[in-house]
Amino acid sequence: MTTSKRPELLAPAGNLEKLEFAVRYGADAVYIGGQQFGLRAKAGNFSFAEMEKGVAFAHKHGALVYVATNIIPHDADLEGLEEYLTTLESVGVDAIIAADPSIIHTAKSIAPRLEIHLSTQSSTTNWQTAKFWRDEGVKRVVLAREVSLKEIKEIKQHTAVEIETFIHGAMCNSYSGRCVLSNHLTSRDANRGGCAQSCRWQYDLFAEDGELDWSRIADSENVRVNPDIPYTMGSKDLCMIEALPELIEAGVDSFKIEGRMKSIHYVATVVNAYRQAIDAYLADPKGYRFDPRWLEEISRASHRPLTLGFYYNPTTYNDQIYQEGPKVRKFDFAGLILDYDQITKIATIEQRNHFMIGQEVEFFGPKTRFVQRIDRIEDESGTEIDAARHPQQIVKVRVDHPVNPFDMMRKEN
Amino acid sequence: MMKEYKKPELLVTAKNLTEVDQLLSAGADALELGGNGYGLRSSGEFSLEMIKEALDLAHSRQAKIYVAVNAILHNEALTGLAEYLSKLAEYRVDAVIYGDPAVLVTAQQSAPDLPLHLSSETVSTNVQTLNYWAEKGVKRGYLSRELSLEEVFFIKQRANIEVQLLIHGATCIFHSKRELISNYREFLWENSKLDVQYPEQAKLYLLESQRPTEKYPIFEDRHGSHIMSSQDICMIDHLKEFVDAGIDSLKIDGLLHTTEYLIQVTQMYRRALDQAVNTSLTDGFIEEIRKIQPENRPLGTGFYFKEQIY
Repeated sequence: MTTSKRPELLAPAGNLEKLEFAVRYGADAVYIGGQQFGLRAKAGNFSFAEMEKGVAFAHKHGALVYVATNIIPHDADLEGLEEYLTTLESVGVDAIIAADPSIIHTAKSIAPRLEIHLSTQSSTTNWQTAKFWRDEGVKRVVLAREVSLKEIKEIKQHTAVEIETFIHGAMCNSYSGRCVLSNHLTSRDANRGGCAQSCRWQYDLFAEDGELDWSRIADSENVRVNPDIPYTMGSKDLCMIEALPELIEAGVDSFKIEGRMKSIHYVATVVNAYRQAIDAYLADPKGYRFDPRWLEEISRASHRPLTLGFYYNPTTYNDQIYQEGPKVRKFDFAGLILDYDQITKIATIEQRNHFMIGQEVEFFGPKTRFVQRIDRIEDESGTEIDAARHPQQIVKVRVDHPVNPFDMMRKEN
Repeated sequence: MMKEYKKPELLVTAKNLTEVDQLLSAGADALELGGNGYGLRSSGEFSLEMIKEALDLAHSRQAKIYVAVNAILHNEALTGLAEYLSKLAEYRVDAVIYGDPAVLVTAQQSAPDLPLHLSSETVSTNVQTLNYWAEKGVKRGYLSRELSLEEVFFIKQRANIEVQLLIHGATCIFHSKRELISNYREFLWENSKLDVQYPEQAKLYLLESQRPTEKYPIFEDRHGSHIMSSQDICMIDHLKEFVDAGIDSLKIDGLLHTTEYLIQVTQMYRRALDQAVNTSLTDGFIEEIRKIQPENRPLGTGFYFKEQIY
């Protein structure tokens, strides 16, 4: 066993079902949004009743729940804040993630038992600022994604505040909180949940040297920097699974996976892969070898090309997405295992996507990973059928190896 | 009883000592300067010696100099920060403009008498936030440019801190640490061996594919990439409202403009502001600005009158 500190694996949970899967698949903590004060206005977002269920489930499994209250509010948005925060406190969530001083200050005053984490929206990039927030009573700082591994070590040396960093998922192109592209292009306020991901749209880059006639822009090949390849700014997705030892040794307290908008399949797959990698390292740091199957797992759920972000070097064109990448194999979540009979070797499965006899599928879960061809499907009454056609249809499938409840079945798209 | 407010300060950005001199003559009450790696999107580069000279010029004319230390600071930038702030305090700079709390902390330790103004890009949006910083001794807040007129007046009525607004010029709508223009050029070279040539001084613009009439200036500097608004805010016709609301400082940002333009605009705002304070504002100022406004910088009012959704 290692003396390296065990980091927290923190997963996104867009709704209650995703929360349960994240925890089952190995998350040490989850972060969620409520119906007010959080970014991601379009994510599932929990009612207080759902939060109570989520907190009960997570705590039963030894996991923590954080609620994102990370908008940059205008004055009108602050109505109801005190009530919201005191309710969160009584629901028993483990922390709030806040960016704006108004929310931090109010939480400290009227809900003092609520632990406060500072959101990445505040773009904390140096140790002096991290220390400032610790002195203000913040327990943990989620660093800006623009901070390198070297800088993280320096921050850890200077302050005892807990450090959380993103290790996987979509990245903002800008310093978080410092982009209002969607405000300008669509009137949707990025800092209050309306981000339209405008940075991923297509643009043309033009050069004007003072002598060109702007009325010719639309037809002029001279003016457009490159007519064939549109300018775009979308970032590749962050993936630090191959660098976990370095992150652990740097003392990062919490490893955050982005994706409250992502599917159950994505969350379970990604959490599972990172869980296995972290556990393997902690069990035997000297003997640790990265297993390429972990990356293969991730690619089953994640289709964007990957980057190491700012951890090592300044970003280059290799960290941006300019064109359609190479074709990747796409997989869909096809079924959720509800039960397994070890005598008959029949799995009871809830359909999540069409699948049929003869199809090759993968079964995966915290302790499961195998591929097989479907050779027998029965409906609930025992009648053989050739395919599972209806969402949430319950069917029985003969499996080659044991499976567990809450394991998943996926198929190639 | 109507609260008695003092006249708003007319604040202008200056890119060099010539502009300092000329903008003071044009009627600026205060100037913002940047340099030494700490200013964010400053229009020029002022060494400490130049700042000292600017201070002499300004103070001899009862005007103020604010130094921008408002970049997002990585660990490296903290080295030398304390010395820099102490020097600015020694020179009696009228305020330092900051965004990163590290500057607040360092100033408290190394230059406790240095007045501080908060400028945190998009994230100064409500009374409580401003009062939070006011409690730490911050003297003024430069409000986010995504607030409506109603919202800024609401804040002014309740904030324990001076309030500053942008009334003319471009706003930054996107700030990234990535060098997005260089990245694109390198991609074109790697991908199609296309060596993109455009003159060094060429101004670059982005046009979004569905919005071909909006030209968004984009540039790179040591702090990364910056995309600016497609329009210049111009609130010259609304100065009376700002005066009546007691706004403490009204800023003209000259980042994307020539010295000649900036001097003329400052002169117009000076006349308009004096009118707004003393009598009532006559019409026609905006037409004067339109006459000198570059074709590729249409005038607008930002979010002062615009609804946002989320």
